[in-house]
Amino acid sequence: MRRLAYTLLPRMLLPWTLLLGATAALPLPSSAGDVSAKAEDSFRKAFSTASPEQWATRLAQDEVNALCSKHRNQPPPEVAARIIELSKASIKLPEDGKLMGDWKEGEKLASIGTGGHIGRIQPDRAGTRQGGNCYACHAIAKQEIAAGNLGPSLTNYAKVRGTSPEAVRYVYAKIYNAQAFFPCSSMPRFGHNRWLTPKEIADAVAFLLDPESPVNK
Amino acid sequence: MPIIHRWLAAVAAGAGLALAVSAAGQDKAMEEIQKYRQMLQDGNPAELMEMNGETLWTMPRGANGATLEQCDLGLGPGKLDGAYAQLPRFFADTGKVQDAESRLVTCMTALQGLSLEEATRNWHRPGSDIEALVTLVATRSKGAKIDVPARHPHEAEMVAVGQEVFFRRSGPLDFSCATCHSQDDKRIRLQDLPNLTTVQGAQASMSQWPAYRVSQSAVWTMERRLIDCMRQMRFPDADYLSEAVIALQMYMQKNASGATLEAPGIKR
Repeated sequence: MRRLAYTLLPRMLLPWTLLLGATAALPLPSSAGDVSAKAEDSFRKAFSTASPEQWATRLAQDEVNALCSKHRNQPPPEVAARIIELSKASIKLPEDGKLMGDWKEGEKLASIGTGGHIGRIQPDRAGTRQGGNCYACHAIAKQEIAAGNLGPSLTNYAKVRGTSPEAVRYVYAKIYNAQAFFPCSSMPRFGHNRWLTPKEIADAVAFLLDPESPVNK
Repeated sequence: MPIIHRWLAAVAAGAGLALAVSAAGQDKAMEEIQKYRQMLQDGNPAELMEMNGETLWTMPRGANGATLEQCDLGLGPGKLDGAYAQLPRFFADTGKVQDAESRLVTCMTALQGLSLEEATRNWHRPGSDIEALVTLVATRSKGAKIDVPARHPHEAEMVAVGQEVFFRRSGPLDFSCATCHSQDDKRIRLQDLPNLTTVQGAQASMSQWPAYRVSQSAVWTMERRLIDCMRQMRFPDADYLSEAVIALQMYMQKNASGATLEAPGIKR
């Protein structure tokens, strides 16, 4: 088998060598095993003007993102267990220990889709608030009809999940790092990535679970 | 100027749409968006960019005082009809897989003697040379079938690289292209998201690009679209004409092969 491949190889290469002519020095295409290395190289070279700080926070992958990318967001059981373990360990509580904040503040956060856009072409103005943009993906309060559907509906969430201390802890942790429960979830790890503060996450928890919130009316 | 008249009618319909969203339910709002798109289809402002593109194609420019009429977009020098539908493809003279934009820039630098900076000036702003030229080239493939089989080893490799990049997650929101574009029937708010990993989804989407974007008053090329997606993912600016951006296109155009190109389309 190996010998066959060896004898066929030069013949397979010949037409390409002729076709390429002046560009015969071109490196040969990578084998399947090299594709991810080649893709990583390609990706890195595509951001030649990014600063080292932007590299660290915007482009480099942590272990979880690398694993989810590699497994196309469908990790096998042992990888899923590793992701859950790392993600659970990342969760930090608010300093005052209050996991239920102000639902009105949470409601505002849910509609804010700005913040964090960088680069020369169309960056956000300095000081633009980073929101949770929950409505981009979830139906939440029924009055808001322009809701996305990438994530499940959270309408009447307190009625579905209850407001027990366990439910509150779960919702806080879920927003902080969704991958502690759903490895390779599409949902941003809002707390882990410091996109939202622990207090802001507590406000989002209140928006979902407070009986006075329009989500549960 | 009938184009302008139809255009104004469409803007009026857009104002009506804003009211419809608050007054009625979601289905009604989606219906109105469809109507709005159909009205615009009747008079696509991209026709103006196409005319600019024709002027640039036949105008002697650069240090060589040459036109672009001998530019080879893959089907031979000066052969425009159907060329866009078969891009990206491997070009032996550059030794690279090139999309319409990188190939046009090759022609502008090699044939006309323009510098890279001159050829790509203002590529992300309305009214750029590249916007006009891509609109012309794509329009000359209207009705052709997208045909990117990726049989050449370098093309096949670019498809594989594009797929890897498509699934690569990073950044403060952990996004990859796949976050929004790997499931059917999904939306961000009311904006439909094509599933670019399937033949059907890629065909429906790629057949419309490049597209006139109403919100931007400009034709957006595929590179412009992809680099803006990365901005929305909160990445830094990706380099125009970079290999990773061409690889993403290669992956999507291969998936879209067989669809009839309807470009330039009309988008929000």
